Amino acid sequence: MPISIDDVSHIATLARLGLSDERAAAVVGELNTILGHMDALSTVNTEGVQEAIGVGARGTPVRSDSGPPLPLARALAAFAPSLRDGFLLVPRLSSHESVDDA
Amino acid sequence: MSTPSPSAATLRDETVAGTRGPPAAVEAAIERSRAVGAGRAGLNIFAWTDDDDARSHAAAALEQMSDTDPGLLLGVPVALKDNIATLALPTSCGSRILAGYVSPYEATVVRKLREAGAIPFGKTNMDEFAMGSSTEYSAYGPTRNPLAHDRVPGGSSGGSAAAVAAGIVPIALGSETGGSVRQPAAFCGIVGVKPTYGRVSRFGLVAFASSLDQIGVFGATVDDAARGLRVIAGYDWLDSTSAELDVPEYHEAGAGAVKGMVIGRPTEYFPESLDPRISARCDAALERLRALGAEIRDVSLPHTEMAIPVYYIVAPAEASSNLARFDGVRYGLRIEGDGLRGMYEATRSQGFGAEVTRRILLGTYVLSAGYYDAYYRKAQQVRTLIAADFSRVFASGVDVLFTPTAPTTAFPIGAISDPYEMYLSDIFTVTANLAGVPAMSQPIGRVDGLPVGGQFIAAHFDEMKMFTAAYALERALGAEARA
Amino acid sequence: MITSAIETLMAEWEMVVGLEVHVQLKTRTKAFCACSTEFGAPPNVNTCPVCLALPGALPVLNAKAVELATRAALALNCMVQPASVFARKNYFYPDSPKGYQISQFDKPLATGGYVEIGSRVDQSPIRVGVTRVHMEEDAGKSIHDRFPGVTAIDLNRSGTPLIEIVSEPDMRSAEQAGAYLRELKQIMEYIDVSDVSMEEGSLRVDANVSARRRGEMELGTRTEVKNMNSFSGVERALEVEFRRQVELLRGGGTVLQQTMLWDASAGEVRPSRTKEGSHDYRYFPEPDLPPLFLSLDWIAKMRHDLPELPAARRARFVRDYALVSYDIDVLTANPRIADYYESVARTHGDAKAAANWVMGEVLAQLKSNGEDIAAFRVRPADLAQLLDLVSGGVVTHTAAKQIFTRMVATGDPPGQIAEREGLIKVDDDAQLAAWLDEVIADMPAEAERYRNGEARLRGVMIGAAMKKSKGRADPKKLNQLLAARLGS
Repeated sequence: MPISIDDVSHIATLARLGLSDERAAAVVGELNTILGHMDALSTVNTEGVQEAIGVGARGTPVRSDSGPPLPLARALAAFAPSLRDGFLLVPRLSSHESVDDA
Repeated sequence: MSTPSPSAATLRDETVAGTRGPPAAVEAAIERSRAVGAGRAGLNIFAWTDDDDARSHAAAALEQMSDTDPGLLLGVPVALKDNIATLALPTSCGSRILAGYVSPYEATVVRKLREAGAIPFGKTNMDEFAMGSSTEYSAYGPTRNPLAHDRVPGGSSGGSAAAVAAGIVPIALGSETGGSVRQPAAFCGIVGVKPTYGRVSRFGLVAFASSLDQIGVFGATVDDAARGLRVIAGYDWLDSTSAELDVPEYHEAGAGAVKGMVIGRPTEYFPESLDPRISARCDAALERLRALGAEIRDVSLPHTEMAIPVYYIVAPAEASSNLARFDGVRYGLRIEGDGLRGMYEATRSQGFGAEVTRRILLGTYVLSAGYYDAYYRKAQQVRTLIAADFSRVFASGVDVLFTPTAPTTAFPIGAISDPYEMYLSDIFTVTANLAGVPAMSQPIGRVDGLPVGGQFIAAHFDEMKMFTAAYALERALGAEARA
Repeated sequence: MITSAIETLMAEWEMVVGLEVHVQLKTRTKAFCACSTEFGAPPNVNTCPVCLALPGALPVLNAKAVELATRAALALNCMVQPASVFARKNYFYPDSPKGYQISQFDKPLATGGYVEIGSRVDQSPIRVGVTRVHMEEDAGKSIHDRFPGVTAIDLNRSGTPLIEIVSEPDMRSAEQAGAYLRELKQIMEYIDVSDVSMEEGSLRVDANVSARRRGEMELGTRTEVKNMNSFSGVERALEVEFRRQVELLRGGGTVLQQTMLWDASAGEVRPSRTKEGSHDYRYFPEPDLPPLFLSLDWIAKMRHDLPELPAARRARFVRDYALVSYDIDVLTANPRIADYYESVARTHGDAKAAANWVMGEVLAQLKSNGEDIAAFRVRPADLAQLLDLVSGGVVTHTAAKQIFTRMVATGDPPGQIAEREGLIKVDDDAQLAAWLDEVIADMPAEAERYRNGEARLRGVMIGAAMKKSKGRADPKKLNQLLAARLGS
């Protein structure tokens, strides 16, 4: 199923990529070519086949509920783009009612 | 013209014997690096170097010289791909979005290298976030193949491959998601190993596709690569996908023999369309193995042709999620924009290159509502079938498989502009990543003066068998491997 | 505008409510890293490469989080799955550092449970189904008003383990929703998995509510209501939103599926300004964490080790102590107070007397001192002893109260205090008569009025006599003597 330029704009927004309209137009063709090759998968019979998931029969390991935490050789202040009084700063959300505002 | 680096074994033996110290080894590596023109204006092998940092690691290695059981890599300089976290040099993953970012913690493999006496030596250039097959997608410019300066070294670990191929260091670490160690090894005429998924800790490897990523090892020879893997492999509780298994002495696999080994030749890796000169080199290598007493058996891995479509759904999907953390909030590049969303979008549009953007779009799409079942779920199911192909063949009595590593030799820089055509460079390598099985490439000859790689693939955690065959083939081919 | 009383609306329309509750688990460290979960640290101090989402960091699951989550699921009568899968919930928000939250999606930890409510309101319990319980991690805190023009992010809380408890849409009124929440909170307190405080944020509630005409089988369109900060806030919000939906439907309109935000100070709901339909979390199995495998033996052991749950405890109190339901509710509200009470009741023997004292004096003391029963100085054995002294006639009830106050202050045993402070009951007729005489002398007018038939003055005079006796006088005897003296 081919993607439209609206689809590309929508997924670019989901991924916060800031794709310009020209760039979106250019990439539609590339994505459709690539996705075209994926259609071959639909010819494979996967009835009853489990999705490849997880590693080993053991399952996820667990750790005890204790420290010490992993140390940082340099504090946040050494690499954070914007910090004040220990808080990370970001531009204020115009509305902060939902995750989709960000 | 400087002489290439001595092997890891030689460096270590000399260090232990006291005839050469780590500081001298580092100075020699620095000199070789300068002599071959490894800098930005030349081969562009390194994204970041710090001679003083290398010297300080050499000094630390000096302390270990009097240990009763000196580390396996004592005094050996090892180059590291720019997506492996180090404390002194930046970890920028070939991207603008992490330009100059210095990690405040160290990857487990780097700690293991240092504990074994190795000397971390520079951060090597790579395709941005490991997405690429030529190192042309780096924000820091392409790396040139040391054997042919107008050609690519392969990717995404092109810088690490070049560092070894140029003789600067005997060992370098790279990373594999779809062949990013084996394919550059083939293009550069050196050895490249991808361990079993879970064999080497991913803690400190910047994630591209978490269910596929593994740190891999380049070596000038099989022995160099085997030593490298022996040191970095092993259980790490900080990585929940790490295997709780002992690590065999890979560097002793050379003592084993291929006599009696069953070597599978999968028909799907020798298609009609394959360059006959490449398949000829592979068959010549198989003949050498047969002469040593191995049985060569035709086998089939029927789902091989689905590997690229599966890979290019699963890997971008996971990547789209793994790269969401690059948002300008806690580290890395930040570009202000109109509000918070504007900041996210300006940062990510200016920070990510075209290929990364393309893959994030692809990955987001195949996970999105309405498409998950048709794409991602389907791909993961076919992946199970691909893995089952390998299991079935190994269970039938085959010890290792042998195939070409790449469908072509190193192509010229700028020759491939179509993304999908670039993806096809991984056609023989991605299957091992999808199945999680170990695989390694080694030089098996030249075509038009350019290196050709042959690949061994083994069953899960059976690297020992793979190395046994590799050591034997290397011995048998001798100088022909580079002819 | 005339707004109908909720009762009128509910005669014709039915409210359908489901609740999603997030409970913060009380582990010492976070879900996927060893950073401390301790409250009140300076911003971003309890962080590490993992919960800062630094490039290359990986999650490692906290065993205690699994244990507490399992305990919670079992206490809610759920089926705990031997295999469950973590999944990434992908969205961008500054307090979610990875750009995704590690949660669970189509293979959660537990499914198919229930909570019984209403056994306190009337005697017929209602079962509210629990669809699922799953594990996930908390986000950090976004503070919008600390600095002008920017949002301040504190990631100390990011990565704290949570469980999400999703109910079936089985509730039919605000009261039922409140009852469900109170029972849920109590269960979580009994099994000690969380502080479950809405004020502190260790319990959060989102509600789904729809309306349909009574008798209709199909569910109406539901809205999600958020931003409630108390149980009563939830109840009020539900009624307000229900009323809004009904008025809309009555007027021929349709209910839009949207998120409504509760404004407690205005007592209103208003639609969230965010466009609906933009949620696409692109869930997929978390590749950094293999599936969680729990052995059937381990699950059985966890079920076996569950402490007595509130409903069972209440039922047992009925059997063992024959108390009225109000008393039982008060005494079992807090499991540690229930423990305390039982210890007193079993040692002393008179369950009702013990109940009166614990509900009365003990709870009053705890409240006025703002202290927890765990820190309370009066040991159950000592309180039981005090009650023995009363029932044995050694001290009066009034004196006992004084003794109790001294016990709270000193921690000394009651017998010792009674002797030391001379509070042993006095029932010597001569002494009692003497005190009465003093009282009559002090208040001759009242004495005269009592003699003339104002019976209610008896209390005043007895009270005064008790005071003179410093609470030691036997009130029954006093009454007898007074009656004899002044006739009645």
